[in-house]
Amino acid sequence: MSAPAGGTPFARSVWLVLQKDLTVEVRSREIAYTTLFFAASCVLVFAFALVREGRAPEGGAAGILWIAIVFAGTLALGRTFERERQSETLRALLLSPMPRPAIYVGKLLGIIALLAGTELVLVPLVVFLFNARLFAHPFWLLGIVLGATIGYAAVGTLFAAMLVRARSRDVLLPVLLYPVVVPVIIAGVQGTTALLQPAFDPALVRFWLLLLLAFDVVFVVLALWTFEAVMSD
Amino acid sequence: MPKWFNPAAILCGLMFVVSPVLIARAPDESSMGMVYKIYYYHMPSAWMFLLAPLVCGASSALFLARGRPEDDRRAWAAAELTVLFGALTLITGPLWARRAWGTWWVWDARLTSSLVGWMIGWAYLILRRYGGPGSDKLAAGVALFGAVNVPFIYISVNYWRTIHPPTTVVPRLPVEMGVPLWFCVFAFLLLFVLLMTMRLRLEETRTRLDGLYVALDE
Repeated sequence: MSAPAGGTPFARSVWLVLQKDLTVEVRSREIAYTTLFFAASCVLVFAFALVREGRAPEGGAAGILWIAIVFAGTLALGRTFERERQSETLRALLLSPMPRPAIYVGKLLGIIALLAGTELVLVPLVVFLFNARLFAHPFWLLGIVLGATIGYAAVGTLFAAMLVRARSRDVLLPVLLYPVVVPVIIAGVQGTTALLQPAFDPALVRFWLLLLLAFDVVFVVLALWTFEAVMSD
Repeated sequence: MPKWFNPAAILCGLMFVVSPVLIARAPDESSMGMVYKIYYYHMPSAWMFLLAPLVCGASSALFLARGRPEDDRRAWAAAELTVLFGALTLITGPLWARRAWGTWWVWDARLTSSLVGWMIGWAYLILRRYGGPGSDKLAAGVALFGAVNVPFIYISVNYWRTIHPPTTVVPRLPVEMGVPLWFCVFAFLLLFVLLMTMRLRLEETRTRLDGLYVALDE
């Protein structure tokens, strides 16, 4: 992989940060494996908690899928930035002449790629284990999953980056992140539940998808500004 | 303390002493009887619970933009008031709902967004308390997201049917109910301003004291 020669300096910086993260991850596969295994464990725990007489409750699959994504995402966010902290590489990144928003976008794309990889395994797993008809509307499913993942990762990346220098950051990340991403979780679960209904209602799914997109736009813009302001010293 | 503080504190105390009398003399509501009267305290505290995160979010945005410590102190004080008035709102609300709706809690838009707003207030305070050095800026970021988040929570939960009375009920109140209500609103607003002033003063004194210790060490 090499940085494309063309493109704006901003896009090149984003690509460099993303490339760095992907290279480290492809070599160690530490975060990808642990996140995936943790997500699968979450699904298992919820299966034991909710399944009665071999059947999952109505709409339970959507909830289980999103709880697994949110929990596994917290783990991935924490580990990604712990790696940057251990060798002080985040400081090096911030000292580099790259624009701050480009660093944020690069990290964000790395997290999204990691979560998308996890979801590639997690969604079929939920479909298989809970007999959920999620693949009946693949494009809507893709939209909902991607929309919610971007929104969750946008806030998560910012908060995890801010907390790198804080005390007790492992505990603080979920404490700060979960109340703020409540709308993403609601829209993700409700949108996925709408996909599972026997009588499919495209208008309902479109509403949740649009809410997710609005959330994504507002929070990415706000995070770009906040990242610059918070990481300035 | 500013000169107006003591007279204002006395006035506020008197207003809270008089308010139960006014509330007791207000007429009973046609369908709920006297149970509805808790709303004379519930609604003013809910309004302060709306005002406090706005002050916190705006002060945090200013702090991130200008970096002045007084903006940060105001945000911190407002976050504490968010938690305080949020607690009042979330205690008085279910007390009323138990009689009016027959249940302590429903997951409707207003209740859920209030609960989440309250939790964001707590998250802010937890970060300030346990985040260590530099947590002032981090908390400002959280407050900003918390303030922007509220409409999203509201819209997303509103899509599930709501049973909370709409705000349009306030201007249509008869005079004998409206007077005690606005009286309570002003009492709570005064309390808000007084607590805010006290909290800011405490924090300013603490900062000055810290400065003196540092000067002593050097």
